[in-house]
Amino acid sequence: MNRQKVVLNAAAIVVAVVTLLPIFFMLSTSLKPAGEIFSLTPRLLPSHPTWSNYGAVISGSAAGRPYWDFLRNSLAVTVIAVVASSLIAMLASIAVARFRFRFRTAYLIMLLIVQMLPQQALVIALYLDFRAVNMLDSLAGLTILYTAFALPVTIFMLRNFVAAVPRQLEEAAAIDGASPPRVFWHVLLPLVAPGMVTTSVFAFISTWNEFVFALAFLGTDQSKYTLPVYVTYFFGQHSASWGPIMAASTLFTIPVMIFFLIVQRRLRDGMIAGAVKG
Amino acid sequence: MRRRLAPYLLLAPSLAGIGLLLVWPALQVAERSFQNYGLPQVLGSEPATWAGFSNFTSILADPEFWLSLRISLIFAAVAVPLTLIAGTLVGLLLHRLGRKMAAFVSTAALLAWATPAVAASVVFVWMFSPDGGIVDWLLGEVPGLGGPARWSGYNWTTVSALPAYTVLTLIVVWQGFPFIAVSVLAGLKMMPSELAEAARVDGAGPWRVFRSVRYPILKPIFLVLLLLSIIWDFGVFTQAYLVTGQLGNRNEYNLGIYAYDKAFTMPPSYGLGSALALVLTVILLVITAGYVRSSVRQGALE
Repeated sequence: MNRQKVVLNAAAIVVAVVTLLPIFFMLSTSLKPAGEIFSLTPRLLPSHPTWSNYGAVISGSAAGRPYWDFLRNSLAVTVIAVVASSLIAMLASIAVARFRFRFRTAYLIMLLIVQMLPQQALVIALYLDFRAVNMLDSLAGLTILYTAFALPVTIFMLRNFVAAVPRQLEEAAAIDGASPPRVFWHVLLPLVAPGMVTTSVFAFISTWNEFVFALAFLGTDQSKYTLPVYVTYFFGQHSASWGPIMAASTLFTIPVMIFFLIVQRRLRDGMIAGAVKG
Repeated sequence: MRRRLAPYLLLAPSLAGIGLLLVWPALQVAERSFQNYGLPQVLGSEPATWAGFSNFTSILADPEFWLSLRISLIFAAVAVPLTLIAGTLVGLLLHRLGRKMAAFVSTAALLAWATPAVAASVVFVWMFSPDGGIVDWLLGEVPGLGGPARWSGYNWTTVSALPAYTVLTLIVVWQGFPFIAVSVLAGLKMMPSELAEAARVDGAGPWRVFRSVRYPILKPIFLVLLLLSIIWDFGVFTQAYLVTGQLGNRNEYNLGIYAYDKAFTMPPSYGLGSALALVLTVILLVITAGYVRSSVRQGALE
């Protein structure tokens, strides 16, 4: 029995180490001076760790503009899209979880299907539509798009949280004379709030990481780039500066990881509740 | 009356958003795939004209289409089972581990899952880089593989499809197995542990326990995971785009990149790109139909 435990734990450590290896590699390269990166016998750890790669990325001397510009773009687009889609999804979830109406099943099936539409297909049509209304090179345009993209998954997950709130609570408040908006604000919303946090993690991650549309929509104006496009551009233009590229990738990844570590427990539950794209 | 209108009012904003930005463009793709639609139409100097099936016939006559379709199919056929097997093994492992060890492993796995696709791709390309990448060095050091002379400067990503898609497979498995593992673990947690215990007492080995006790109960979960994995891997874009060198290496295009390239590389042909996108969409929707059916069966829409 004990031997089996040793084997299992050894397997666990191997799995964890192999899984963490690429992340470790990103961090370690980002801290290496250029000379060490191209040494003939690569080492796992930097022998003379340096922040200079981060300095070059943050100041913008590595590629065009300071990192903050791209961080600001990504944050603005992501936060607004997540908040907007959570609110819209909340309304839809109440409809689906609290009412029986015609087309209810049809609506849910529609959500499942649109979730699976390949982005490379939609991007062609939406590129032309956004071009026609002059919103191609615009962060506002991307934000609207991301809000809509986050809706299907968010609604699908959020409706379970709404359905889990006992109906009697709302009915009791209504009997006491509370109007529907009051019931929503004071009864339903506080109880569903934790569920909204969970679903918004998924919306946050998929929006923060979104690449295809940002790539197609944001043209040559670097000041509009979100972080995925910036890292890609940097990688394409200066493919040999691995130190700064890894520093930029790390700075791009860290916000997701922090966000994720805070809500890790809920995240695991949420992943089970709804199938979500990685 | 108000009670009857209420659900529709609540659904209106989401329907507007999804309808306008997801359903409508999907229909436009279908329409444009039967049109001549290029730069003159975008600029408004010429109207779009109906092209019948000519976009489709010229795609079918293009050897690049068949190559990209083959790459997409083979990639999904390799990456999907690998992701499912790796994820299931890790899920079974998590189920047997102590609490602290399980938390450690699942945190590592979820970190891989949470890494943005762009960052993950860039890191893997660096690891497999011909100039100073660790993999070429490592393979050169392993005796019996040909030594440093064979591997030094070996270009994995931008020369031919097989090595490039080997790297892509690693990325996709690395980012995809955590989701499978967590889902399988959730399924195992719902299962009474006495079942496996009883089978073991009766002398069943680990494979037998999995095959005869766990697999039948996990089967519906596996079906959904299989369909989702096929949809994701068949349609993979971001990682493929970055690994194959951001367009240009035409011998490494999968279906998604091929469609993107047709539509956006000068001179743009949105009609041809749309036709390709329609082919990709129809293939994925057929798989989605299976996903929807199994969701309905499991009561996920209640």
